[in-house]
Amino acid sequence: MKEYLELVIAFFKIGIMTFGGGYAMLPIIQREVVEKKQWATEEEILNYYAIGQCTPGIIAVNTATFIGNKRKGIPGGFLCTLGVVLPSLIIISIIAAVLTNFADIPAVQHALAGIRVAVVVLVGASVLKLHKSAVKNAFGWCVFVLTFLASAIFGLSPVLVVLVAAVAGILAGMVSRRKGGDPA
Amino acid sequence: MTLLLMCWEFFKAGLLSVGGGLATLPFLYSMADRYDWFTRSQLSDMIAVSESTPGPMGVNMATYAGYTTAGVPGAILATFSLVLPSIIVILLVARFLEKFQSSRAVQDVLGGLRPASVGLIAAAGFGILKIALSIDLSGIWTAFMSWKALGLMAVIGVLYHFKKKWHPIIFIGIGAAAGLVLGL
Repeated sequence: MKEYLELVIAFFKIGIMTFGGGYAMLPIIQREVVEKKQWATEEEILNYYAIGQCTPGIIAVNTATFIGNKRKGIPGGFLCTLGVVLPSLIIISIIAAVLTNFADIPAVQHALAGIRVAVVVLVGASVLKLHKSAVKNAFGWCVFVLTFLASAIFGLSPVLVVLVAAVAGILAGMVSRRKGGDPA
Repeated sequence: MTLLLMCWEFFKAGLLSVGGGLATLPFLYSMADRYDWFTRSQLSDMIAVSESTPGPMGVNMATYAGYTTAGVPGAILATFSLVLPSIIVILLVARFLEKFQSSRAVQDVLGGLRPASVGLIAAAGFGILKIALSIDLSGIWTAFMSWKALGLMAVIGVLYHFKKKWHPIIFIGIGAAAGLVLGL
């Protein structure tokens, strides 16, 4: 019972501290889920993010469901999702009810511009940390650089990028076994 | 009846939008065109509010649209319908992963996905960076960047370097305060 409550609270915190898309959530997930609670490893989080890219739905919800399911099965999956959407439900309902021009308030825009700068630093730091645990050989470097360019410069769909990376992973595994080395 | 129809529409949006919160956007536009729940111009307000409040974008959008359509019950139902397909699909994928995790093929695929995941996260960070610094490279002579934002980024970056133990929300708070003071 206690862990169910902990899951909801942890993901409520993650939901309320995330500004922007599911990626902005990553530094908080690393902190709360990986380092503090040790509910999942960094490698697992990366798996979840990649799978979340090419399955239906929002990355934040997909990741929450994965972690909840890992800890406490199906109810865990539902509860983590509940936790992550609850802040949105409360905050947005209040804003929709009382303030229609919330986003036009100059103070909100200034604060948000500052928050974006902080999010860049935090996401950058997360990338450096994850890079260490995910990119360990030349194949990893190739995939990392190519996916970055494909997405950031050429604007290719993440779905396509993830599917190509999956095929590349299979091919790399075949090649390295043929050479008799350790699989990638 | 409207509520039931709305659930169905948001369920479809959750099921068919793949990758990132903004993927739900086209579905919301199509709802605005087909029903009188909300208008296209209301949608642009919703995007602005969703971006300037905590929580994943897609969930914020669903909550806002649901609230505009049918008050608090609408907000809850729209959000629940949007995330339901994700929960179902991820629970199935998680079962599959647990069962075949030790298989060589799954390990190979994940070996390709993890570096790709980091590459995509880096690309998303790069996207936020461009917005945060208002980088505009449309012409060499008109190239523009916000030096104030760049300075703030340097300060937060150095602070992070020395205070890695601080919770991410502290840096977000500093960003918001600095944004207000500097008038970013």
